[in-house]
Amino acid sequence: METLIFFIFAALALGSALVVVAHKSPVYATLSLVLTLVSTAVLFLLLGAPFVGVLQVLVYAGAIVVLFLFVIMLLNLQKEGSAEGPGAQLWAALLGAVLFLGMLGLAFRRVALPAPPPLTAESVSLKGLASDLFGEYLLPFEIVGLLLLVAVIGATVAARRPGEPASLSENEEEIAP
Amino acid sequence: MNPELAATLVKYAVMFLVFINVAPIMNWVERRACAFIQDRPGPNRVGPFGLFQPVADALKFMFKEDVTPSAADRPLYLMAPAIALVPAFTTFVVIPFGPDVQIGGRTIPLVVANVDTGVLLFLALASLSVYSLVMAGYASNNKFSLLGSIRASAQLISYELALTISVLAVLIPVASFRLSDVVAYQQQHVWSFIPQILGFLVFLIASFAETNRLPFDLSEAESELIAGFHTEYGSMRFALFFQAEYTNMAALSALGVTLYFGGWTLPGIDFPHNVWGGLLGLATLLAKVAFCMLMYVWVRWTFPRFRYDQLMRLGWKVLLPLSILNLILVAAMTLAGWLGPWKP
Repeated sequence: METLIFFIFAALALGSALVVVAHKSPVYATLSLVLTLVSTAVLFLLLGAPFVGVLQVLVYAGAIVVLFLFVIMLLNLQKEGSAEGPGAQLWAALLGAVLFLGMLGLAFRRVALPAPPPLTAESVSLKGLASDLFGEYLLPFEIVGLLLLVAVIGATVAARRPGEPASLSENEEEIAP
Repeated sequence: MNPELAATLVKYAVMFLVFINVAPIMNWVERRACAFIQDRPGPNRVGPFGLFQPVADALKFMFKEDVTPSAADRPLYLMAPAIALVPAFTTFVVIPFGPDVQIGGRTIPLVVANVDTGVLLFLALASLSVYSLVMAGYASNNKFSLLGSIRASAQLISYELALTISVLAVLIPVASFRLSDVVAYQQQHVWSFIPQILGFLVFLIASFAETNRLPFDLSEAESELIAGFHTEYGSMRFALFFQAEYTNMAALSALGVTLYFGGWTLPGIDFPHNVWGGLLGLATLLAKVAFCMLMYVWVRWTFPRFRYDQLMRLGWKVLLPLSILNLILVAAMTLAGWLGPWKP
């Protein structure tokens, strides 16, 4: 039963990921990305990591991809023109993929990775995850948070046109879509 | 059949029966209450007090012609109303609706999915509801629909943040994501809305935005966008959006009363651990949910609609800071031991 569910959702994840890169319409590509994320979340559930699976849906499918869609619809992006056809870019991408797979294969053959400590019910439970995240890995966690903050501020500064005031004054109406 | 699975199916069937009847009942309640507020009779022709009006409406929806606009993006257009129902009929699985019931030597917790990640699962499923709105608006190939979807996506993202943070504050003293633990904690101490009145108000306001109800129904604003994202939908497909909206309202109300008003419990009363106790618990939960639904109606026919920029300003500049303030306050109160014993 579990194997069957695994294969169904693994196939869904791979199939929809292919649609994401191959479909000409940005809206269809983005909606397939949602399907990819949800199928991967189901795989996490099967692995016994419900927290990661649920967060995947909550954060990625529920928030980040919605923002993608928001931007796509706001800019009213249409289907990509197929002027170039499957030319040099496709071959370059295939070459890159083959090279990458080869490197991965070599790396896995050469280097014996230390076996990860076996997952226990304690370590994947919410409390185990929390004490790891805010105990042993507190510093990396905080650094990632800082990095995200810097990225947000950077994006805000980069999006402002030169010469524009830093903020809209209160009585100035913001433009509503 | 596996008794575990059978119990889960029965519990899901009970909740499904309750939640699928929300839309027709609310259809009648909404129109009668609105008429009462506007000092007119409202629908009163079909049956006593117009009680059979929802049946007549349902028949009308089913026999109307089903039109698909020729310029619509057909697959997405057909999928959107169906997808609207998925979050609506899955989120309630984590809501506990009664005490642990003992039947034939087995203890059955009265919640469909008693999972570790309870509240998070609810929020994750609820966050997917925006896709049906976005798909509907995009696929209709109508500028009003598209504007409605764009508004819906921005609005839901903005208010989800404040909603989630105020929900997290409730969980701090409980130290668990499981909603049955939240209910047990409130039964032992006090209903959470008393120490967390600020968080409750943020939750309440954000839940109006999350369910696209007036005063925040910017994505369907009749006076600006015809009907917003569902402008091009008719007959049963429109009815599915209608059904999803009311079911979402009921599910979010159920989450609200479970988090802030003790869920299926009443203070100082222990329901017996048998089928009757379970029914009493369900009745208590439904009474509280019904009160919330009446409030949704009351607010809808009392307040005017917000402007879009006002909506965004309220969400980001008022509700989000308030919810973070509430989170810090609750964390401090919990550390100080004011909210009952804390299990680290």
